[in-house]
Amino acid sequence: MNDPEGKPLEEAPLFLPASRLQHLLDALVRAGFRCIGPRLRDGAIVYGVLDRATELPAGVTDIQAPGSYRVGRTEGPRMFAWANGPQALKPLLFSPHEDLWHAERRLDGGLEFIPDLPNADPLAVIGVRACDLAALALHDQHFLHGAYADPYYARRRSELFLVAVNCSHPAATCFCASTGDGPCATCGFDIALDELDDGFVATCGSERAHALLAGLDLAPATPEQVSEARRQSEQAAQAQTRHLPSRNLREALFANLENPRWAEVAERCLSCGNCTSVCPTCFCHREQEQPSLDGSSSAHTREWNSCFARDHSYIHGLTFRPDTRTRYRQWLTHKLGGWHDQFGRSGCVGCGRCITWCPVGIDITEEAMAICGSRT
Amino acid sequence: MKPRVAVHKFSSCDGCQLAFLNLGETLLKVAGLVDLVHFAEAGPVAPEENVDIAFVEGSVSTPHDLDRIQRIRANSRHLVTIGACATAGGVQALRGLADAKEWVTGIYASPEHIASLDASTPIAQHVKVDLELWGCPVNGRQVLGALRALLSGLMPAGEEDKVCMECKRRLAVCVMVAQGAPCMGPVTRTGCGALCPAYGRDCYGCYGPAENANTVAVSRRLKGLGLMPREISLRFLSINNGAPAFREAGLAANELDDE
Repeated sequence: MNDPEGKPLEEAPLFLPASRLQHLLDALVRAGFRCIGPRLRDGAIVYGVLDRATELPAGVTDIQAPGSYRVGRTEGPRMFAWANGPQALKPLLFSPHEDLWHAERRLDGGLEFIPDLPNADPLAVIGVRACDLAALALHDQHFLHGAYADPYYARRRSELFLVAVNCSHPAATCFCASTGDGPCATCGFDIALDELDDGFVATCGSERAHALLAGLDLAPATPEQVSEARRQSEQAAQAQTRHLPSRNLREALFANLENPRWAEVAERCLSCGNCTSVCPTCFCHREQEQPSLDGSSSAHTREWNSCFARDHSYIHGLTFRPDTRTRYRQWLTHKLGGWHDQFGRSGCVGCGRCITWCPVGIDITEEAMAICGSRT
Repeated sequence: MKPRVAVHKFSSCDGCQLAFLNLGETLLKVAGLVDLVHFAEAGPVAPEENVDIAFVEGSVSTPHDLDRIQRIRANSRHLVTIGACATAGGVQALRGLADAKEWVTGIYASPEHIASLDASTPIAQHVKVDLELWGCPVNGRQVLGALRALLSGLMPAGEEDKVCMECKRRLAVCVMVAQGAPCMGPVTRTGCGALCPAYGRDCYGCYGPAENANTVAVSRRLKGLGLMPREISLRFLSINNGAPAFREAGLAANELDDE
């Protein structure tokens, strides 16, 4: 745990009784944040506006398998007894569809270009998972710290308060322990919570969180509560059954570009882009003009695209990845290989969303194993 | 002089023309930008006029249609098909899978008055089409986008992604994964804005096949979800049964039984 300057914050964890979770939400609202949290909608746990702690999915769990997601009931009162929903933080920061700028025709015939920066309300997100934070760190690297910082992402990112909840109920599709990104959040949060049956062990991760938590007048967590939280995280790691063959598959993948498995997976793959859309690190997009009907102005828009779409590899009269074999290969070799060159690590944080939300249940860990398992 | 536009109708339900008629005030803007010289459903009738852009709804279904589409092509600088009928033959293309003459005799009291071809076919099977807008029906965004681009001298890029891409951009929850619904989104062309999945129901493919559609894998998945081969076949042999990718998949689905 580090503050923004990198100094370790050596504070004893606090205990937030479950009945007082609303106080945390109220404090965030008083500090100027709009709260976003997990809500049950349309048969899945998705982020939505959270006014009351009672709107959290108490007694709900998720049952995930390749190509299948169902919610179920649990006995206990816990509000975070599930792994994750179809989306991480990505849509909150990298909008699925937005106007970047628009052009207007002036009376003299010239064009005026006007940026359309978003109005970013300060958001507090409750229930962020460790895998989501790892993905966020990658997006920060790309959108904030790359050669071309993205002002749209930056504006939303600067107003974000993150309340992590360490994952205690990994899904059958989860493998964050094997990528080193979970299940316990270690950095990048303002507050991290471990949910116990009667409340939360709260760890402070930033100066602003310190001030906020101080106002709640919480008692320190007992050593028993702290060790129970630790035990729970260890269990969550051990419960995971899937894993990637290695954290760095770069060499193995690029040595296997002609592996027959690419053609085999292409027979099953729908090339539909669901995997890249739910992936918390994929950030490919397309930009388009949307002119007004009378031609007096035009909006320049950006929307999520996918390496599974034809236009992703269209370049001046040529589509160089015309089929699913080459598109799937591009996705996997980039995600698990090329990212090491670009970002110093794999682009996979082990959240398992691409496995669950693939309509035909293609499993990235299984494909990676089949393609390069023997070489690692 | 304002650019001249015509909206023609062939064998169809008129629903795609509503993409224009339902524009409300925007329709007045359209009328300010172009001369709507022929648009029978809206009033003006002058089918033989020369135009810059002809929007064509409906499929070629009668001997009279065969002749009419040639004249429209000759009179139009750009020809844009609107909707599943004009672009893939429509639901009426199903007649190609049956004995059409027998049906006509069986249904109509005086079948001698029915002059229809053995097959209902898309416009592009008869004349050169400059742009195809898929959908049943097409929507205002599509027709206005095409109109604006053509007025600017551009040929708009076709929308060919799977519905899934738009569904995810809307942050809708996947009905196939979360409900086991037999959604056609993974093989269907976008353009509708993922309308059905966003309201919790499965896509039924009314925008036709997307590019690079893996109909075989989707059929296998639909079977896994419990659909019978006949039901899978009907998912494809519906509004866009005349589109080759769906026609082929629909006929192949009947063979899934023994796999």
